[in-house]
Formats: sequence, structure tokens, C-alpha cells
Amino acid sequence: MSRSLHALADVAAMTRRNLFAQVRVPALLATATALPVMWVLLFNYVFGGALQDGDVRYIDYLVPGVMALAVTFNLNNSSVAVAEDVNKGMIQRFRSLPITRWSMLAGRAVFDTLRNLLALGMILVVGFVAGFRYHDGAGRAIGGIALLLAFGFAASWLGSLIGLVARNVETASMGSLLFAIPLTFVSSLFVPLTTMPGWLQAVAKVNPVTHAVDASRALSLGGAAAEAITWTLAWTVGLLVLLVPLTARQYRKVST
Amino acid sequence: MAEEQITAEGLHKTYGDVGAVAGLDLAVPAGTVLALLGPNGAGKTTSVYMLTTLVRPDAGTARVAGYDVVRQADAVRGAIGLAGQFPAVDDFLTGRENLEQVGRLYHLGRRESRRRAQELLERMELLEAASRLAGTYSGGMRRRLDVAASLVGRAPVLFLDEPTTGLDPQGRLSLWGLIRELVGDGTTVLLTTQYLEEADQLADRIVVMDRGRVVADGTSDELKARYRGDRLELRLAAPADVPAALGALAGIGAHEPLAEDEHGVVTIAIDDGAAALPAVVRRLDDASIPVSAVSIRRPSLDDVFLMLTGRS
Repeated sequence: MSRSLHALADVAAMTRRNLFAQVRVPALLATATALPVMWVLLFNYVFGGALQDGDVRYIDYLVPGVMALAVTFNLNNSSVAVAEDVNKGMIQRFRSLPITRWSMLAGRAVFDTLRNLLALGMILVVGFVAGFRYHDGAGRAIGGIALLLAFGFAASWLGSLIGLVARNVETASMGSLLFAIPLTFVSSLFVPLTTMPGWLQAVAKVNPVTHAVDASRALSLGGAAAEAITWTLAWTVGLLVLLVPLTARQYRKVST
Repeated sequence: MAEEQITAEGLHKTYGDVGAVAGLDLAVPAGTVLALLGPNGAGKTTSVYMLTTLVRPDAGTARVAGYDVVRQADAVRGAIGLAGQFPAVDDFLTGRENLEQVGRLYHLGRRESRRRAQELLERMELLEAASRLAGTYSGGMRRRLDVAASLVGRAPVLFLDEPTTGLDPQGRLSLWGLIRELVGDGTTVLLTTQYLEEADQLADRIVVMDRGRVVADGTSDELKARYRGDRLELRLAAPADVPAALGALAGIGAHEPLAEDEHGVVTIAIDDGAAALPAVVRRLDDASIPVSAVSIRRPSLDDVFLMLTGRS
């Protein structure tokens, strides 16, 4: 087999491995599917009345936001999974095998994208039941999903990096929450920025999740999306350029 | 002379201030077993990591299966099997799936991976448990599965880091038998161990390491012969008397008398144990140190190790 075929085969084997883990470890399956569903229901029915602002129906405002929440929070799952692999000596095994060097990390990112796709699907199903509708056509809807998957792809690498650095599950989980919570809460995800104090608004405005959420909303509700999309893509590419080499370097340092 | 499958010259690895490995030289001919023997922290595992491309040496060179470990790392990985200190198996896969997965990662293809998995499950006596998740396996079974995984690729060079840890005596003997079989088929094996008996039983050559340095290098017989003569072993009635006994017996043998840690046993290397015995007993008697047992015997690898490192 040629080297590029080997690389594909290795990434496929790694993705397959992650799929098996997902399906056979009940806790993982639950977090991937039940959690996003819970967020939609929780925020719509419990908080919806209080957070309602303006004439947009809250469910229409909420669903694109929860979709961004899911792909961002997924970095927690990635970091824990990778930390487990470090802990159990699997990274040592993989690094001593004749597989393409980056295939384990790539397999993680590919798998995370598939998991994100599943989560987005569940959110949409529950959202539709709760009254969410796309207002701007299928093309933009699909574009919105693709954009979020791309952003989630970048977030996944952050999760992998945290897992490799943390080396154990508890530290990885804590570390990734330290990123995921501020990223998702200090943004336009749950509430409009204008409801935040000035200094917090400033922080939220540079948060990539704000751009991802704004783009996601514009693509489903209608409205100018170009600026938000551009910013989201810029952040995605920028994060990948920064994180991928860092993660690869950290991976090479793992020997035990 | 058989081609050397593992060679190392001046390997060094430092972590911060600690010299984990300070100058390792090795030459392992094909189809032989080399044991790296030493206590925890001796640098055995770090040495293995450098030879298996997991860690980059700070200085020195090494070649495995003819490939340079730094510049031809990919080729090295294709020629080695590694079973590390802790069994690396996926708990959520069955024993069989674990081995098939490794086969795929060695690029054996699906059918060959299945065949190989079946073969190894039989050989490692895991066939009955093959369809159970590895997470349900006992410690010994996980270890056997891990060793099986290192064999999937039929690698010409095998690295086993403390392979019999966690195995019961039966399991240990079984694994020794397997290693002998593999070596008989031409595999080169480098294993690390803390168990002197294991090195003695399996290894064609032993490299003794302590605190990152090689302190002795030779066959089991060579090492024992270096420390010729008899061993006088005295078991003191009171372990607390050990320091006094060491003082009283200084100068009797060719080397300083040595004491084993907790049990009050003092060992003296001496040319003729029987002839020296009266003098030894008299000295201890003069120092009012009661002795509960005396024996004279040939040196074991244990004694050699004690001699080399000052501790057992």
C-alpha cells in the first residue's frame, strides 16, 4: 500500500476505535446524545420565559445557540478521552507502531466531527418538536451546520491538547471546563450582548463563540451573516494553525 | 558472527537535573536475548524508550534492525514489537478485537489480522476469554494480551519491559517458554527485569544498570565468575548487630563484607570459605555478636548484583 493509503487506513482505524469506545461505554453515549437534548429543553422551557427578549421567538433564538454550545463543549469529551489514552499507555503503543504519526490525533478530530454531527441532529429534532423553524432556506441551514462542524473541529484539537497535557482524566476535565464554560457563557449564546455590563461585552465581542453563534443565528433566522461567518472561519483557521502543531508536539512527548 | 540487531553507543538521556541514562552501549546479536537488569530508577525503561523511538536521546546513537532510531524512526517502528511496563489494551474492545486492531495498525490487512489474532489467542491461552471485553480481564490476562499485541507484527526485534510483572509463577514460566520459542525462531529480544532469576534463566547476555550507568556487562556465568570463590553467609541472631558485625569482619575477604537490608544477613566473598570460617566465628565471638546460622555457597547473581550496586 502506498503511504497515503496507509495514512487513510490508519485514520480510519483510529476513528473506528473511537466509535467502538463511544458505543460501548454507556456514559459516553449518554453525554453525546442526552446532554444537548437536555440543554434545549432546559433553556427553552425553564429559562425561556425569563430570557425572552424582543420579538424573535425564544426557541428560534435558542437552537442555533445550543448548537454552538454542543460543538464547543465537546472539547471536554475529547480531552477526557485523550487523557484516558495517555493514562492507559495506549499512546505509548500507538507511538511505537508503524502508523502515520498524526493518525491518532486526526482520528480523534474526525470522530469528534461525527459526534458533533449526531449532537446537532439531536438538537434539531428536539428543537423542531419544541417549535424551532429554519426561516431562511435549506442552503443557509446546511451552511450553518457545516460552519459549526468546522468550528467544532478546531475546538476538538484544543480538547486533545488539554488531554495530552493533563495526562489524567480529572485534570483534563477540569482544564477543559475552564475553557468551555467562559467561552460559551461569555458570548451571545444565551443572552444578547447588550444585556451584559460594558466590560464583559468587550470580552464577549472578541470571543470566537460569539461569532459562531451570530453566524449560526443569521443563517437560520435570516439577516446579514457575512461578517460573522468570516470571523468564525478566521478563528477556526487561526486556531487550527496554532493548535495542530502544538498538539502534535505534545503527542510526541508522551512516552509512558 | 550473527548480525547485530540492536546496537547503541553512548546513549544519554537527561530529565532536568537527573541523568536517567548516562552512556549506554549495547550490541545484541540476532536471535539472542539481552536482559537489562537493575532496580527501579536504573534507567532500564528510559533505555527501552530510546531504542523504540518513544524518546529522543540527548546524545549517542542507536540502531535497531539496521535502522537509525532517530533518522529512520518509521522503519524502526515497523520492525519492533513493544510490551511496555503497563499493559496497553483497550478495555472496551474484546481480546480478539484488540489484537485485530493492532494487526490493522501493522498494515496486515483484515484477513491476516484475524488469522494472527486467532494464532496468538491460542498461543497465549486466551481463546476462552477472546470474546470478552478486555476490561473484564484479570491483571495476568491483560499482561498476556499486551504481550500478544507486541507479537502481532512478527517483529524481528522484541522489547519487553518487565514482562512478567503481575504474572503468577505458572504464567511466568509460560512466558519464559514463549520467549525461548520466539528466540529459537530467530527473534531478537531485549527485556528489562528486576528479577535476577529471570535474567539468569533467559538471557544470553546481561547488562546490569544502576542509576543510569552500566555497572556490569556479560553472560550470567561471566558475571558470577568475576566474583570467584565462596560466599560465606552469616545470619545474625539480632539484625541490629549488623553494623558491628561489618566492622568486626572488615578485611577478612577480598571485598568488604556486605549486609542484606532487613534480615541481619552478612555476606563475605572469600576464596576458601571452609578455611576462613574459624577466623570469622572467632571475630564475631570476640565482638559478642551471636550468630544463628552459617552457610557456605557459590555466588549467585544476587551476590553479584549486591556487589556491584551495594544493595540487593
